[in-house]
Amino acid sequence: MTTIETPAAKSRKPAYRTNLVGLVGMAIIAFWAIIALIAPWIIPYPVGEIVDLDYFGPISQQFWIGSDYLGRDMLSRILMGARYTVGISLVAVSISCFCGVVLGMIAAVSGGWLDTLLSRFLDAMNSIPSKLFGLVVVAAVGSSIPVLVLTLAIIYIPGAFRFARALAVNINTMDFITVARTRGEGTLYLITSEILPNIIGPVLADLGLRFVFIVLLLSGLSFLGLGVQPPYADWGALVRENIGGLPFGAPAVIFPSIAIATLTVSVNLLIDNLPQKIRDRSE
Amino acid sequence: MTNPALPLIASRLVISAITLLIVSVAVFFATTMLPGDTATILLGQAATPEAVAGLRKAMHLDEPAVLRFLYWAGGLLSGDLGTSYANDMPIADLIAGRFVSSMKLAGITALVSVPLALTLGITAAMLKGSLYDRAVTVLTIGIISVPEFMIATSAVLFFAVYLQWLPAISFANETVTWSDVLRVYAMPVLTLTFGVASQMIRMTRAAVVETLNTPYAEMALLKGASRGRVVLRHALPNAVGPIVNAIALSLSNLVGGVIIVETIFNYPGIAKLMVDAVATRDLPLIQSCAMVFCVGYLILITAADVIAILANPRLR
Repeated sequence: MTTIETPAAKSRKPAYRTNLVGLVGMAIIAFWAIIALIAPWIIPYPVGEIVDLDYFGPISQQFWIGSDYLGRDMLSRILMGARYTVGISLVAVSISCFCGVVLGMIAAVSGGWLDTLLSRFLDAMNSIPSKLFGLVVVAAVGSSIPVLVLTLAIIYIPGAFRFARALAVNINTMDFITVARTRGEGTLYLITSEILPNIIGPVLADLGLRFVFIVLLLSGLSFLGLGVQPPYADWGALVRENIGGLPFGAPAVIFPSIAIATLTVSVNLLIDNLPQKIRDRSE
Repeated sequence: MTNPALPLIASRLVISAITLLIVSVAVFFATTMLPGDTATILLGQAATPEAVAGLRKAMHLDEPAVLRFLYWAGGLLSGDLGTSYANDMPIADLIAGRFVSSMKLAGITALVSVPLALTLGITAAMLKGSLYDRAVTVLTIGIISVPEFMIATSAVLFFAVYLQWLPAISFANETVTWSDVLRVYAMPVLTLTFGVASQMIRMTRAAVVETLNTPYAEMALLKGASRGRVVLRHALPNAVGPIVNAIALSLSNLVGGVIIVETIFNYPGIAKLMVDAVATRDLPLIQSCAMVFCVGYLILITAADVIAILANPRLR
């Protein structure tokens, strides 16, 4: 017998219960966040020091996941790389979501020419492919960590804006907003006290997805040699450095890739398994 | 009788034109913000002040930025893309051949990924909730959440290192026989297809599932039509618009994908040209490549929107 799932038949899960897959995702994210914080104190060897006589060394007792193209310890480099990948992406996603969401709410509340202007301008920005934007900026001003953070943040502002505006426009038509307006409340009060609390769940879920995009773009840029510059290295730069080991399958090129994948996949897992109550309006 | 969709399409095209203008201003000013004087950089440290001044005049560098932008934009429109700083060749000549190579790569990828994605997306929607559907979903989420270079490196590991079927790095210069063509294109196309197709699969599946939730699809089911018939005869024709929209949107991701793939596999396309130009800071070349990419991207997303408008039966 075949059945069709209609919206009404969808079972309502009890509020705020995350399933196992979501918890696993959350645990992996927490793991990398902690690593990023405590990396300098737990790395077995200094990051920049050549400690192995062999380059592209195999997995051994001494070097848990081998050594890189110069004979530096890969485990130390990946643990320290977490600081750059997680740190830069986190700052960038915070900036872009903050700006995008604030602008989106302002546009929705004010309406009129301001809304049109912001929407048109940010839509135009959205028509620039993200990797290309990164390439052009890096070509123009060179690559440093502040430039990277700002570029990544700017690239993802339009998406966050669009998302927040669409949510806020729906809330904006509700009665309690009209009441607040009649009371004579200003835009600041409206967006912070009336709209934000009603869209915060989906906005946070969207922030997670945008974090994944930023990690991917940052890794891509670093892989092209336009991201984090030596002597520092994020995970994308680690893959680039050790790409010479690819033809013989060196662990030095495989493990940084695995690190990126565990981070991005676990964020996706967490978001896909968020409690229904948070996800409800994010569809 | 006027078609109600026409004004909508017209306004969409106008918006695209304005977007193109904003994008070209952004590209031009981002690349002219460079610290340092272009004429001095070009002529080197030993140049006399007169020579520098002469070159500045010849390149219109002494004029206001707005005028220079107009010269540049006028040149673009008339097909004159300027001269490359790095090797003094007309950019149009440099780009033309590379553009054809990139289009070949993108074209082959589209030919492979569109049928693949449609088949997987539609069958997954047909068997919604089955093990097959879940496998497809997990696989596509997995692929979407890893960077393109990882798919490329995995492909190299698997096909070149483990199976030893293909060379690790391909050069498109000497393609004589069909097996050469296959060897050169196999891995770049495979990498791009993975990325593009997984997005297309997700969007196709979502589009078909959405139409399956409509009353007429339910009606067909209650009438006793099989699940396959409901999808193929009732849902699919109505999902064509969203699906074509999804195809155009997914193909626009090729623009980002080729940048990575051409670099990894050393494929002589326009993206590789641009990455090299960034390395040598060859500004006119970067500007032109960026514009080619932006125009291509804009055409695809505008096409996606126009198709969405055309596919809406209420506007027909």
